[in-house]
Amino acid sequence: MANPNGIGAPVRRREDARFLTGRGTYTDDINRPGQTHAVFVRSPYAHATIRGIDAAEAMQAPGVIAVLTGADMAADKVGSLPCGWQIHSKDGSPMKEPPHFPIARDRARYVGDAVAVVIAETREQAKDAAELVMVDYEELPAAVTSLKALEGGAPQVHDDVGGNLCFDWHLGDAAAVDAAFAQAAHVAKLDLINQRLVPKAMEPRAALGEYDRATGEHTLTTTSQNPHVIRLLMGAFVLGIPEHKLRVVAPDVGGGFGSKIFHYGEEAVVTWAAKKVGRPVKWTAERSESFLTDAHGRDHVSHAELALDKDGNFLALRVATVANMGAYLSTFAPSIPTYLYATLLAGQYKTPAIYAEVKAVFTNTVPVDAYRGAGRPEACYLIERLVEVAAAETGIDKAELRRRNFVPAAAMPYQTPVALQYDTGDFAKNLDIALPLVDYDGFAARKADSVRRGKLRGIGFATYIEACGIAPSNIAGALGARAGLYESAEVRFHPTGSVTVFTGSHSHGQGHETTFAQLVSERFGVPIENVEIVHGDTSKIPFGMGTYGSRSLAVGGSAIVKAMDKVERKAKKIAAHMLEAAEADIEAKDGRFVVAGTDKSLTIGDIALQAYVPHNFPLDELEPGLDEQAFYDPKNFTYPNGCHVCEVEIDPDTGVVQVVNFAAVDDFGRVINPLIVEGQVHGGLVQGIGQALLENCVYDPESGQLLTGSYMDYCMPRADDVPSFTVRYHEDQPCTHNPLGVKGCGEAGTIGASAAVMNAVVHALSEYGITHLDMPATPERVWQAIRHHTPAQAAE
Amino acid sequence: MPCTVSMTVNGKAVSREVEERTLLVTFLRDQIGLTGTHVGCDTSQCGACVVHVDGRSVKSCTMLAVQADGAAVTTIEGLAAADGTLHPMQAAFREHHGLQCGFCTPGMVMSAVDLVTNHPSPTEQEVREGLEGNICRCTGYHNIVKAVMAGAEAMQGGTMKAAAE
Repeated sequence: MANPNGIGAPVRRREDARFLTGRGTYTDDINRPGQTHAVFVRSPYAHATIRGIDAAEAMQAPGVIAVLTGADMAADKVGSLPCGWQIHSKDGSPMKEPPHFPIARDRARYVGDAVAVVIAETREQAKDAAELVMVDYEELPAAVTSLKALEGGAPQVHDDVGGNLCFDWHLGDAAAVDAAFAQAAHVAKLDLINQRLVPKAMEPRAALGEYDRATGEHTLTTTSQNPHVIRLLMGAFVLGIPEHKLRVVAPDVGGGFGSKIFHYGEEAVVTWAAKKVGRPVKWTAERSESFLTDAHGRDHVSHAELALDKDGNFLALRVATVANMGAYLSTFAPSIPTYLYATLLAGQYKTPAIYAEVKAVFTNTVPVDAYRGAGRPEACYLIERLVEVAAAETGIDKAELRRRNFVPAAAMPYQTPVALQYDTGDFAKNLDIALPLVDYDGFAARKADSVRRGKLRGIGFATYIEACGIAPSNIAGALGARAGLYESAEVRFHPTGSVTVFTGSHSHGQGHETTFAQLVSERFGVPIENVEIVHGDTSKIPFGMGTYGSRSLAVGGSAIVKAMDKVERKAKKIAAHMLEAAEADIEAKDGRFVVAGTDKSLTIGDIALQAYVPHNFPLDELEPGLDEQAFYDPKNFTYPNGCHVCEVEIDPDTGVVQVVNFAAVDDFGRVINPLIVEGQVHGGLVQGIGQALLENCVYDPESGQLLTGSYMDYCMPRADDVPSFTVRYHEDQPCTHNPLGVKGCGEAGTIGASAAVMNAVVHALSEYGITHLDMPATPERVWQAIRHHTPAQAAE
Repeated sequence: MPCTVSMTVNGKAVSREVEERTLLVTFLRDQIGLTGTHVGCDTSQCGACVVHVDGRSVKSCTMLAVQADGAAVTTIEGLAAADGTLHPMQAAFREHHGLQCGFCTPGMVMSAVDLVTNHPSPTEQEVREGLEGNICRCTGYHNIVKAVMAGAEAMQGGTMKAAAE
């Protein structure tokens, strides 16, 4: 009988019991005896010289313990927040990497840059006192948008970064692309903006620093997706604390979406300050503070051209992108518009020649880094909008044009012209499943019905492929990563047969406590309630690279499998000894260890007990214990792919876009828990729809003030903004190089959705001669576009 | 000037001396230690802090503790039965995978219970509009809506439909 909690079962989540009853433990829920509270004084200017800080009045305020500044950190030799990835420009020079101190020292470079921190007995006292810290600013002109920052004479964000250019990078074969364009029968061109977004996990960032004078150990509890990485970066580069004296805990974390990968200055400040004031120091961001200080996402300005032959075959793609880095380089920032973006520009197509140039620019805005999808939504949006333009211009049906150019399943593994090798994928199959799901053939009739009601209607596609399971350390290293990106796991059987799994992956909504336990239950037949998944604490787990890039199951899960392989090998040895058989004769299946061809067998529980009660083990050959550790480093990226189709109806009188149907067909390889996978898709889709229709992070282009600094200004998708979804997946194309055959599902929805929605919107507006609209397609923007164009019928 | 605030929280009488400016959510989290009620914003937009005050849902970041003086407050910790049996709405969220990171969940569940109390058989559109004041960034609302519809049915004494479509 199949294990009801094994692989493929929609097991209800085990973590839900605590979350549904208010018993989750998030960082801000933790309070320590003697705890103090930190509130930051932040720059109200986008760019200003800090001429002096007078904390005298603040120090006299009730409850104030300390006011600390960048000068205090400098005196303690606190370092700069490091960047984890190094990109080289076309000319071979390394990217510009100006220092990024946890508290600014001489100049504030964005609105919200920390200038001082007040530590007081209560949060309210710290907040009151922060108002009394007198900072003498000299306001400077600000470089706010990426294009303006590149112009000659633009204000310099960093004195030693000429022209604000962090790097000028390229990928692909420019000469081959030029040659192909020279032969083209048609060239489709598009200028497009992938607007800046704010990730906005619902739990604001928080950090709690503690110092134990008896042991000299520091503890940081923080809202992180990867506590070991924070320990490494903060310990080695910022505070100079060795790993054995630094514990980093990421308890329950309320969503991340990339924004909690990075090492933020506040983490270093509370850890450092806790020793300085001799008491625990807690900081919790208010939402407005999160808007100002969490790393933002996207912010690309691109020009793209696609060359086609007379039959609609893609010949070459040429892309030039300007990417906004913000004021400093965040932990992963340089990798996002380069190796997580340009390498994906082949998409699902066999375009033989591709060339991409990317200029990364410093501006007086908060740093930009990975946000769900991280480079891949930008690539998908660019390709799929451009393909749609090409379809409209050549008159080839948009589904057919895509099909004509798909890399065929038979061509796998497929080497793209932009550095990746896809292992598996059947793109035509995804499309074949999607078309009837949305009744593509019935669109004309539905459109006619909309027209009768005075509405516009459009249907749009997006096919996507992403590189996930980040990352093969050898490839990542060759591309500029300063660390390996493997994952660790430890599988510990206890004497009475229950199991604790320690994983370096981190769950902040993904349901690892359920999915990972299913892997163990399936493999050893252990009841799922006897499997505990432990994550998020550097004092318990061997090491971990954490959770991002849809990597937890493909990399972290594979590490668990590798550790289970070792457990099984050891269990076979013990079984052979107990059953007086040859080790080679022991067969393991569903937790039973059988002597082949006999009825002699043991359960994993019997073996676990013997492992810890080894009265007669041959000690030269067999150690006691059943506890194995593994590190898994993937051989390649994984390549989830799919086809998303969106249908919209637009009211031309109001500009309101309604998503009336959305179908997502995805290939995630093998699926462990379909309930969780579908949930990941739903959430991803709404973030993509949010980008397409609602969300837009806006700085005032002159002053650099953040205009969308609250949920009242930054439009988050709400329940009544989005529809229910039709979600399908197939498992015919498992990943070929990891033991589970899994590809990852965390980012897929976000990668495909914005392009599908915008293609549908532009399709609906095409009768007005509208060929492109930048996101978000808000009612105002759609209404304006309609007002500035003439309906085709009227023009005829 | 500190003042004394007394109320019933999840059936227990509590009384604390607090600053007048103390918000109800701060009172619950910091004074009573009930950290299930979350703070997700500072503009009364996100709904992570929703509790019931005298049987009506309230964003507890929008109310001073002194305004709840004498009231009966129910938080997410007080929703399940004394023996630990989940409220039908909590059970429906679990059955239909209506939560991921769990941060918006307490407010979402408390809002949903209030919604169904006032609209016992809501349509999908009514559920979507009724939850407009609660932001979730993880689920895309698809499964939350399913859970609330199922929870509504269960609260009426019906049986829960299977999660699978």
